[in-house]
Amino acid sequence: MTDLIFNVFILLTIIPCFWVALSSNIVHAAFSLLITLFGIAGLYVLLGADFIGVIQVIVYIGGILVLIIFGVMMTQRGKLLPLSIQLPGKLFGAVLTGVILAALLLSATRTLWPVAAVLGEPQLTSAAIGDLLLGKYLIPFEIASVLLLAALIGAVLIARRSVRGE
Amino acid sequence: MDWMIGFAILIVKLGVVLVGLLLLAAYLVLLERKFLGRLQIRYGPNRAGKFGLLQPLADTIKMLTKEDIVPEAADRVLFLLAPAVVAAEALLIFAVVPFGASVTLLGKKIPLVITDLNVGLLYVFALASLGVYGVALGGWASNSKYSLLGGIRGAAQMISYELSLGLSLVPIVMLARSFSLLDIVRAQAHYPFILVQPVSFMIFFISAMAETKRIPFDLPEAENELGAGYHTEYSGMRFGLFFLGEYVNLQVFGALVAVFFLGGWRGPFLPPVVWFLIKILVISILMIWVRGTLPRLRYDQLMHLGWKVLVPLALLNIVATGFVLLIIG
Repeated sequence: MTDLIFNVFILLTIIPCFWVALSSNIVHAAFSLLITLFGIAGLYVLLGADFIGVIQVIVYIGGILVLIIFGVMMTQRGKLLPLSIQLPGKLFGAVLTGVILAALLLSATRTLWPVAAVLGEPQLTSAAIGDLLLGKYLIPFEIASVLLLAALIGAVLIARRSVRGE
Repeated sequence: MDWMIGFAILIVKLGVVLVGLLLLAAYLVLLERKFLGRLQIRYGPNRAGKFGLLQPLADTIKMLTKEDIVPEAADRVLFLLAPAVVAAEALLIFAVVPFGASVTLLGKKIPLVITDLNVGLLYVFALASLGVYGVALGGWASNSKYSLLGGIRGAAQMISYELSLGLSLVPIVMLARSFSLLDIVRAQAHYPFILVQPVSFMIFFISAMAETKRIPFDLPEAENELGAGYHTEYSGMRFGLFFLGEYVNLQVFGALVAVFFLGGWRGPFLPPVVWFLIKILVISILMIWVRGTLPRLRYDQLMHLGWKVLVPLALLNIVATGFVLLIIG
């Protein structure tokens, strides 16, 4: 049963990926990405990482992808311009993809994946993650938030400057 | 055998909740039209059946039999998909809403919730954030300027108010020490959280109204500027799905206010499920009342309220709650 659901999520993750890469309509590509991200969230949940799974949906689908679609909608004017990819670009892309695929396959097969001997009931993760973030990993967590805050302020500053036309 | 019984119970629960939600949505529309009519000193629908009680039925038949028009220049796939996203997202949220503690049937304890998720509150937000897609993609796929403007306004409004919606609930999680909706209701055994978190309640209520895109936050629809905004081009049952989504969302937020602030299903004398329905209805009536009272906000007022009032207030509320919890221990 778990294997079946796992395979469904794998297909849900991979098939829309082709559409993301091959579709000439950028909004369709973005929408396909939504299904892929959903599939990944499903895989997380299946692995017992319920917190990460839900956060995946909130951050990637509810946040980042909305911004992508928002940007596409705002910039698109008039008739949609279909994306076209030239042949040299395709060749370069194929070679690059091949190299990355080989590297990934090699590392995936050569690595020894330590698997827990007995897989019990999945533990509840959100409380443990919260404790770690505000305890053991407090300083990295705070540094990351300050960094993000700086990026946020920077983005606002750049946007304001271009509005004023300075 | 046990597996089969569990599965059957689940299917029955899903069916009951689904039928209940759709029925309640249909009659909320009638309630809204009647109550709004009263507020505006007119009768509202009163021809179909006694007091217009058959009006929802007549509306449903009308919507189902109308022609389903897809505009020539529309993006067909996304145009057909968008209304389903809105309706499905609203219905799916009810999977984690507890209607009561549990009942014992034939010696088996059945919890009155479809699934008690450990991360229930986050699940609600994950689904609520999906609602943006229905509005944005519906508006974009229609290929009409009114729809596109409505879609963009809707997306901007929903992602802005999602923030204050989420932040307003952090104190609730701090008090209940859990993301599970069942645990949050259990934590209110002695007093409902509205008594200790009135600020949080106000922020949540206002943000919820903005999320459901109702007057005074109905800029994405704004009939007198945009036709009907993101669903201008929709007809028949596809428009019906947008409509259904809106009224199921009304129930969703009614139920969430009940769970987070009003002690969920708790109440004296009456059975828990009845109390829960009463709370949903009271919140819904409150929202209809607001609709009949306030004018629409201007766009800059909308953004000002969201980003410069509600978000800072919610942050302050979190800090204050933290201090109090630290002192009490």
